[in-house]
Amino acid sequence: MQPLVEIRSLTKTFAGKRRNPDVLAVDTIDLNIMKNEFITILGPSGCGKSTLLRIVAGLEEKSSGNIYLDQQEIHGPSSDRGMVFQAYSLFPWLNVQQNIQFGLKNKKMEPKRRNEIARDYIELVGLGGFESHYPKQLSGGMQQRVAIARALANDPEVLLMDEPFGALDNQTRLLMQELLLDVWEKTKKTVLFITHDVEESIFLANRVLVMTARPGRIKADIPIEIEHPRSYHLKVDPRFLNYKKQLTELIREETLKVMRE
Amino acid sequence: MKNGLAGKHIAEQASPLLDPGMSNQKKRKRRRWIEPRGSISLQLYLALSVISFVLMLAGWSALTYTGVIDPLFLPSPSRIIQSGFKLFTEFHFIGDILATVLRVFEGFILALILGVILGLLIGTFKVVEAFFEPMISFIRYMPVSAFIPLFILWIGVGDSEKVLVIFFGSIFSIILMVAVEVGTVRSELLEASFTLGSTPFGVLRSVILPASMPGIMEIARLVLGWAWTYIVVAELVASSSGIGHVIIESQRMLRTSNIIFGILTIGILGLITDLVLKLIIRKMFPWSYGR
Repeated sequence: MQPLVEIRSLTKTFAGKRRNPDVLAVDTIDLNIMKNEFITILGPSGCGKSTLLRIVAGLEEKSSGNIYLDQQEIHGPSSDRGMVFQAYSLFPWLNVQQNIQFGLKNKKMEPKRRNEIARDYIELVGLGGFESHYPKQLSGGMQQRVAIARALANDPEVLLMDEPFGALDNQTRLLMQELLLDVWEKTKKTVLFITHDVEESIFLANRVLVMTARPGRIKADIPIEIEHPRSYHLKVDPRFLNYKKQLTELIREETLKVMRE
Repeated sequence: MKNGLAGKHIAEQASPLLDPGMSNQKKRKRRRWIEPRGSISLQLYLALSVISFVLMLAGWSALTYTGVIDPLFLPSPSRIIQSGFKLFTEFHFIGDILATVLRVFEGFILALILGVILGLLIGTFKVVEAFFEPMISFIRYMPVSAFIPLFILWIGVGDSEKVLVIFFGSIFSIILMVAVEVGTVRSELLEASFTLGSTPFGVLRSVILPASMPGIMEIARLVLGWAWTYIVVAELVASSSGIGHVIIESQRMLRTSNIIFGILTIGILGLITDLVLKLIIRKMFPWSYGR
């Protein structure tokens, strides 16, 4: 089967400023993403995992390599690759409903259809009753739910998530993971999800990719063979704990490397 | 030994509990008004504001009614009210007010429209910034009042010259401030809109403009305040109507009270427009102010 997204020897160097040497952030990464896969990328901070995601989104220029979506090479950002940022990406002057319709409006969709879709996604992320609230009236977790709904409403080929729960408190974070899992089980959207949280990476994913400390390479590609639907009880399941043990070791080595630098 | 220390520790901790009345009193005595950024009650705030006006009026009255100061230099408050009344009834002062207000608004609105467009483009596109920004920063430091003789030479002493002074005095500040405001729009918003399928101009229209709108209105409020000062300078030089014209004429005829009444009128007009704009801004952008 043809992968949905193909990343071929992708490399990114940031030009060093003022006599500083160039920084190699992403080093010849090869990756195939199949349709309906939920992939999490686990890496220590500063390993270039966000850079990788931003290049796939088209928000950052690559230095070399190729990225194909449906066998078409990608250039620049587009609505076929939806993105959820860590925080503060909602349009503060638009209410929940209008935020979710933003991409649909860009597609020049008629208002009636737009409203229907927005209503469906508001329902999906459990924000019924908050349609007319402005972002600043919502909690951080609710704001991220709107951001997820906004990205999904556009029906992208692949959903890119850049530590979307990283700014949330732990309890909210756990609930948001369950919500996202529930959304994925319903929509089977292809997801590429960045995190530095080991439990999060296992709980959500079909496949966990571990990245090395800078320069970012793929160190391990670990399929998570745990069936869906998953519930939070899974987090104390022996299989889960096994993955956790394995991944904790892998990520610890990389974090130590960063510390020693 | 150990016991003794622990006992002392407990005694110290417990002392406020032993005498609750005293510790409460201590708390009440904390002087909020001397605390940096401490809040005060609304009543105290209003009272202090009123007192400052009352004090100024009292000082003024004390100096004038007692005859300490010659009325030629500073007339008494009642004299000023009298001459203001006379200005309205006998000298058609309302016509001068309208002439001034009209000039300010014509020049200011023209400057605002053009300034916002240019400011948005400068803040958004580096090429536009590189072309305009250095030039504008340079012109901005040239005092508009110094241009008045030149403007008169170019287009005479009519209304359009006054409008041009306001326009010239306001537009460069508006452009630069709007450009800065546009630069503060979070890049996450731009990136989010690109991943939602926006085109570059779509981002300008549906993200950058609405995101910076409250800031632009605040800039408008600020610059409008300055525009009131430019208009008087323009009207002082060569004018046959307007508040500035009344002021300079009164000086020629030694009508000090008219001068002061003219100045007060401008102050009040400025205050009113500022309040109205402030209210409009709060109403227009509920997402930006308050909850």
